[in-house]
Amino acid sequence: MSWLHFAVFTPFLFTLFVPLLNKSFRRVHTGWFVLIIPLLLFVYFLGYFPLDPAMAPVIHSIPWIPSLDIHFTLHLDGLALLLLLIITGIGALVVLYSIYYMSMEREALHNFYIYLLLFMGAMLGIVLSDNLLVLYVFWEMTSVSSFLLIAYWYQRGRSRYGAQKSMLITISGGFAMLLGFLMLYTASGTLSVRELIAMSSQLSEHGLFLPAMLLVLLGAFTKSAQFPFHIWLPDAMEAPTPISAYLHSATMVKAGVYLVARLTPVFGGNIEWFWIITTVGAITLFWGSFMAIRQTDLKALLAYSTISQLGLIMCLLGIGSNALNADYSEQALLFSGAALAAIFHLFNHSIFKGCLFMVIGILDHETGTRDIRKLGGLMGIMPVSFTLTVIGGLSMAGLPPFSGFLSKEMFFTGVLTAARNMNDWLVVLPIVAWVASILTFVYCLILVFRTFTGKYQPDRLDKTPHEAPIGMLIPPGVLALLVIVFFFIPNVVGASLLRPAMHAILPQLVADGGTFDVHISAWHGFTMELAMTAGIIALGSLLYIYLKKWSGIYDNLPRRFTLNNLYDSGLNSIERASLRFTNTYMTGFLAHYLSYIFIIMICLTGGTLLGQGVFALNMENNSEIAPYEYVLGISMVIAAVFVVFSTSRLMSIIAVGAVGYIVSLMFVLFRAPDLALTQLVVETITTALFLLCFYYLPKMRRELTRLRFKLSSLVISLGVGISLTLIGLSVQDHNLFEPIKSYFENSYQLAGAKNIVNAILVDFRAFDTMLEIVVLFTAGIGVYNLIKLRQARRNEK
Amino acid sequence: MKFTDVILQTSAKILVFIILTFSIYVLFAGHNNPGGGFIGGLITASALVLLYIAFDVKTVHEILPIDFKIVGAVGLMIALLTGIGSLVVDEPFLSQTFWYEDLPLFGKTELTTALVFDLGVYLAVVGTTMTIILSIGEDE
Repeated sequence: MSWLHFAVFTPFLFTLFVPLLNKSFRRVHTGWFVLIIPLLLFVYFLGYFPLDPAMAPVIHSIPWIPSLDIHFTLHLDGLALLLLLIITGIGALVVLYSIYYMSMEREALHNFYIYLLLFMGAMLGIVLSDNLLVLYVFWEMTSVSSFLLIAYWYQRGRSRYGAQKSMLITISGGFAMLLGFLMLYTASGTLSVRELIAMSSQLSEHGLFLPAMLLVLLGAFTKSAQFPFHIWLPDAMEAPTPISAYLHSATMVKAGVYLVARLTPVFGGNIEWFWIITTVGAITLFWGSFMAIRQTDLKALLAYSTISQLGLIMCLLGIGSNALNADYSEQALLFSGAALAAIFHLFNHSIFKGCLFMVIGILDHETGTRDIRKLGGLMGIMPVSFTLTVIGGLSMAGLPPFSGFLSKEMFFTGVLTAARNMNDWLVVLPIVAWVASILTFVYCLILVFRTFTGKYQPDRLDKTPHEAPIGMLIPPGVLALLVIVFFFIPNVVGASLLRPAMHAILPQLVADGGTFDVHISAWHGFTMELAMTAGIIALGSLLYIYLKKWSGIYDNLPRRFTLNNLYDSGLNSIERASLRFTNTYMTGFLAHYLSYIFIIMICLTGGTLLGQGVFALNMENNSEIAPYEYVLGISMVIAAVFVVFSTSRLMSIIAVGAVGYIVSLMFVLFRAPDLALTQLVVETITTALFLLCFYYLPKMRRELTRLRFKLSSLVISLGVGISLTLIGLSVQDHNLFEPIKSYFENSYQLAGAKNIVNAILVDFRAFDTMLEIVVLFTAGIGVYNLIKLRQARRNEK
Repeated sequence: MKFTDVILQTSAKILVFIILTFSIYVLFAGHNNPGGGFIGGLITASALVLLYIAFDVKTVHEILPIDFKIVGAVGLMIALLTGIGSLVVDEPFLSQTFWYEDLPLFGKTELTTALVFDLGVYLAVVGTTMTIILSIGEDE
């Protein structure tokens, strides 16, 4: 157990103390204690910083289930470190923010922080795991803790709906991913990501490679809210705002992106990987930014913006993976620029989106609403929040002097590279990216100006707005500061964090000791990218000014075919269909269930008999049939037919008795005196009991006389009779092994008994007899209890 | 019983003893002839049922104050104990053995532990059958 393992376990261990601390220190906000954990972890992970890009990753392993090849292997390289710093850093800020956001008196804080810590630990686990199954365990743990956090205000129907939706979508994706991992394991024989990377070239020829890739991508897409699985994210906004800031912008939704980046060296050499990720990313990018403009709830707007930005990162990772396909090194370097842009934007997005969510939380907290239509003119009242929103919003829009500008420029470089160097169809890509960026610009303007400028409407707000307490402003302030700082010193980040991460994403390119040239500059000269940015600003401003004129197109969208409707009606129709299906066969009638059992029996036995061609009729070894046997057989058939066709119950009982006595006569004929005796007595007793019951029974039910029922019963019973007869006939000539009867014939020597049957019953196989008398006695006690209990109940009344 | 059936009662008094004797014979002869605990038990039960039919349930219960549930349980106990007995002498569960002995009245007689087991079966069958029939018979 290393310190790294301890670091992953720390949040889980600390959850044990949270309720205790919450209870014993009633006057201190529990968040202050929790704050220690991410801070400590952040400092600890900073200790690995700066990572030498060429250095081998830090690996610590402890066996968990060695027999199944599952080891708790942690693996810290550049990519992991980048995400670890985001998780712990933003985690610390979110906890600090939540101390001021979550009320100490009204909220169940221990629940909140336990879920939060669980999530944090699970996220650290995902990022650090080298073993795919361990990664999966942590992956599901984030789904579950996110479920708990979304439904934190479980009294609200919307929260429960959002939690269920995100749970269903992310967990189904998680299952698909698990299947993909298992396929990878089948194909490669290893669960370790590092070993998979090492054998990626042989792996791609395996038949399971492509299905595994698709399934793993399904997991990544559902978690990272890619089209069409993005629908859970806007509904997850019912969570408390610190959670939205942490899970649904900075960390959990990055898990899918992380997985794609992590597995790029394994799958990236395949062109399908490029096409799927790039296409899905581009669609998500466009759709998210398009839908964000429509939203009137600020958090919903940010949710769609998150979807869009994740699409952007995904798209860039797709293009970046093409570096592994490129023929010569110059092209490979060009494509690798896209991967660099992806992780840089991942980093930027976590920072500015966290900041924006926190500011929205402040607005919500201080004004009582998040509705854009009610807000306005808050600039003078909340100047600090306004400043923070401007910084975050413009960084998201991709304007200088904010770090978002740098990654946006790199994004354009990436899509242009793909368009220039690959398929002609990819010309669409820069266009989609550009349009999406214009839309992004528009919603960023909406976010900033609709809330803070315009007319102040105090009568529509629930509270009198005022600036937030300082503790609430510090966390978004820190993030906003970072946004500006990283614009001016991008290369410090680039060299220390992004370059090692690049080594983790595209290790094949630097296998021979080279390093990536990570140089991010704000000024490229007068390039296409700059022109595109200028176009965004110009067109975006125009669109914003004339927003009222064209926003009518949103009303023309087909309402019925939205993905949310599809999800809801899909869920409903699954429920309805399964209910209808269950109702069709679970009728509650025993006759129906019996017919299912018999039909299945006929199909299985008869089908096997005929399908396998094992039916054989061999009469050679049969003995002669004596005249007595004919007589007895015929009279038994007559009695049996009488049982079925008699209309009165009394006659049936007597006929059944007749069948029983004929059977005992058969035993006599076939020389089984013990059986004959027993059969005689038992038949007498059962007939007497039948007659006893008969006295209390009502008349035969009319349902039995319905023709359809009679016919189907006839067919089924004929089927059972015929198939069993056929089996009996074909079995008679199949002696698979010697009978053991010779052993029993020695009963006199072995058991001192001349009666073989009795010797078998009480000596050779006395255990059966013992259990049979137990059965008999149990039945007797059962009858006694049934009657006496009923009587006791009747006496009570 | 609303009326007294003298013929039935008189013949039952005689028949019951014949049937009981036969059932005891079947039980003990079972090892070498057709019969055994199961049949013996059923025949004994039929003798008892004849008594119950000829006389009143109350009357018979006064003469034979037997709780047949206990009889059944005792039978099960005997069967189980013969099984455990073989464990005591370091043999597998329910191993039976037999030997011959000169008894004063019977001469050379075969004795077997299987007979004890059969006795258990016999009691269990009698107890169970009578429990079932009496519970149904006493039910209103």
